[in-house]
Parts: sequence; structure tokens; C-alpha cells
Amino acid sequence: MFGRHVVLDGVDFSVADGQTVALLGPSGSGKSVLLKHIIGLMRPDQGQVLVDGASVPDLSRKALAALRGRIGYAFQTGALFDSMSVYENIRLGITDEANYRDQEFCRERVSECLRLVNLGEDVARLMPAELSGGMRKRVGIARAIAGRPTYLLYDEPTSGLDPVNADAMDALIERLQSELHATSVVVSHDVRGSFRVADRIALLHNGRIRAVGTAEEFMAAKDSVVREFLERDVQLAAEA
Amino acid sequence: MDPVTSTAELPVPVNAARAVAKPVLGALENVGRFGMMLLELLRALPEWRAWLPRAVEQCQQVGYGSLFIVVATAGFAGAVASLQAGYQFTGNIPKYILGAVISESIILELGPVMTGLLLAGRIGARYAAELGTMRVTEQVDALESLGRNPASHLLLPRILAGLLMVPALVVCADATGIVVGWLVAKSSIHITNTDFVYGAQRFFRSFDLWYSVIKAEAFGAVVTMIPCYVGFEAKEGAEGVGRATTTAVVSACVVILLLDMLLAKILL
Repeated sequence: MFGRHVVLDGVDFSVADGQTVALLGPSGSGKSVLLKHIIGLMRPDQGQVLVDGASVPDLSRKALAALRGRIGYAFQTGALFDSMSVYENIRLGITDEANYRDQEFCRERVSECLRLVNLGEDVARLMPAELSGGMRKRVGIARAIAGRPTYLLYDEPTSGLDPVNADAMDALIERLQSELHATSVVVSHDVRGSFRVADRIALLHNGRIRAVGTAEEFMAAKDSVVREFLERDVQLAAEA
Repeated sequence: MDPVTSTAELPVPVNAARAVAKPVLGALENVGRFGMMLLELLRALPEWRAWLPRAVEQCQQVGYGSLFIVVATAGFAGAVASLQAGYQFTGNIPKYILGAVISESIILELGPVMTGLLLAGRIGARYAAELGTMRVTEQVDALESLGRNPASHLLLPRILAGLLMVPALVVCADATGIVVGWLVAKSSIHITNTDFVYGAQRFFRSFDLWYSVIKAEAFGAVVTMIPCYVGFEAKEGAEGVGRATTTAVVSACVVILLLDMLLAKILL
């Protein structure tokens, strides 16, 4: 709850190891809020948030920091640190302290991360203000994967991107899945992109998970809310 | 409409009580959260690898970056103190007294207070805006998501820079104010060097310098801690950051003036 406003109300949601789950829902439905609960940036008023069997809100500081070292979070706008270059931003994603202090290791890891997100090495010396929106998202993803995370959380990776770049972002997420094999949650309102990258789809509606299933199960769903959500996307695609 | 929040139907005394209770509870909440921030700062001290290089960078920005404006302001303050003292006292008291009035007013009051108020605007506004922007653009969340402690990476470097550099800046301000005051006194009221130095030394106590530095240290804490707290708690986008910046500067200035009075009462 935020004040008297209830955002998530009885969410029951799980992700198996190695799976990619897309969390769909209209704007303001609480998708990003759910993601922040997983990494401990928010605490539930009631209920549990379990990662690897551990209750995230009950973790000690040290344990929470260790867990966060295993989770890569790609923020919607990138959330890059304005005062640092792209290189320093990505380097900060190397969560192992010993590796972080090894300059040679950092150089190699940053280069590798830039390659994985299809950015050239010359981008490393740029400041975030010099990047386009799409590049900022990619650098945000590069930072999220720099620590070789076990889990990846993507917050609206394609929002604000034109269709060509959105497609490229979906392809990037697919590529990262095959290279890193991380368990992933992709929060999105992009139905087609979600169908492409996810093993399972979940629809968040009125603070709860309305439906969960594969893309085929979703397309065949008779639930009125699911149908309305899918049909709105088809309508928008037709108008485009 | 939610009947609990609809105040139109409540009796006037209840509405009056709510009107008083709400800001009081808000203030108490802020005091509590500020206390939690102080606790986080203490917990962050062992993470010296994170805060030390950042603190050095902040010291350069606060100290070196503010030096010119602090010295310029102190110079003007010394000049005005000299001119006004000359206007008030010439012919009525021995001239050497002016040496004491000028130097003591700079050391005890004008140096630390003007420097504090200046830095509340210069670095206080900057810290509140920087941290507020980082908060509303999820950069603070990003730092936490990487397992990094915002207290050691963002807050402690800034606060340590204030605690170290503000006293140094005040010492520079005191020296500049006295020297400029001396030069202006020589040219406007034709005080001799001997008279000025005699007067400055006659009423000087070594505790006066400690008092100036103690005030500087307190003001250094105020112009960093309050803006850091307010900026860190900013919400609601650009408007929230603007509000936080204004609140930070005004609050820091008010607290400086309050502390100025309290320290005078306690220490003098």
C-alpha cells in the first residue's frame, strides 16, 4: 500500500529456475512495484517474498547485499549515474569486491558487456547525457549483467522505444537468455515482445495475478480481462 | 467519498486538532527519519573504500570550489564592518578599540555565519538537488540494487567534506575579513597599524578562535546533513526536487541562525 492506495493485493506469483516470465499489465498496475519487492527495494505490508527459499524482507544487511549481487536489475530509463561515464557505470555492476578492484578484469568485463548489448567500446568513455534513450537502456542492461547475475529483472525494457529498436531490444533479451541462462522476469506492457521472449506470461490486474500461462494458453484464454488486454494490443498494432 | 477523510462532517474542534496534529506528526516523523539517517552514516563508516575517494573529491569541490566566493564575501564583510564601526565610533572612543571591534566581530560572528549562510545556498542547494534528482530518477534504487550502500557512496562523502572543509573555509574567511577590514580602516578612518594591532590583541582571547571553529564545524554539519536528508527523501519528480532544494536551503539557514544564538548562549 502507498498511503491508502492499494497497489498489490494478494499477488501469488512464482518463477522456476532458468525460466523467463513476462509480467504484463496496464500502466499503474504495480508491475514495477512487484519487481522492486523481489530485490528488496520495497517491503510487503503482508505476505512473503522468497528468493531461493530465503525471505527477502527478513534478510540481514549482509545477506541482502549478497542476494543483490546475484540479481541484475535493468531499470526502465536505465537509471545510469549521471556523474559517471558509461565505463564507470558498468564497472559498478561488478558486485564482487575483489574483481571490482582489479582494473584489468574490469576493462575486460566492461568490454564484454558492451559487446553483449551490441554497443561499441567507444561508448565506454561517453557520459550518460550523451546517450540516446535506447543506448541508455542498453547500458543499464550491461550494468545489470556485469556481475554475471543468476537472476535478471527487466523493468519495461522496450517502453519509449520505436518499433525497430523495441524489436532489437527483444532480440537482445533473447540473446542474453541463451548466453547467460539467468532466471528472468520481464515487466512489460508490450504483448508481442513478451510472447517472443518469455516461457510464461502472467497478467497483473487490480493488484492480483489474473492469469498465468504460455503464450499459446494466453492467446486461447477465455478470461474477459485477458481477452480485452490482448485485443487492445491487436487493435493498436492494426492502427499503427 | 471516504467518510474517514471527509472533514466537512467533523466537528470544528476535531478539525482544529487534526490541523495541529498533522504538521506536528510530520515534524516528528522527519526527526525520526533524520535520526535513522545518522545511524546509517555511522554504520557506513567501516566502508572506507567506498566513501574515502568520494570524500576527497567532494572536499575538492567544497573547499577549493567555494574558496573564491567565501574569501570575496568575507572581504566585503570586513570592509563593511570597518566602515560602519568607523561611522559609529570615530571621535567617541580611542581608535585602537576599532581594531578590537573589527577583528572580534569577524572572528566571533561575521566569518562563520556569513560563510555558513553562503555555503547553505551554494553546496546545500547543490547536494539537495543532486540527491533529489538521483532519488526521483531511480539512481539511488539502482545503487542499492547493485548491493552498494547509498550512505557510504552518496551521503557520507558529502557530509565529511562539509565537516572538514567548512572550518577551513571559515578560517580563510576570518583572516580575509580582518585583513580587508584593517586596510579599509587605514584608508577611511586613518587608524595606524600600531593602534589596530594593539586593539585587536588587547581584547583577543585564544578561545575566540576555538569558538569560531566550533561554530564552523556545527554549520558544516548543518549545510550538509540537512540538504542530504531533504534531497534523499525527495519525491514527485522535478517539482519535488525543486521543493526539496528550497526546503534544504531555507531550513539550513534557519538552523544556522538558531545554532548561532544557542552557541553564543552556551559557550560565551
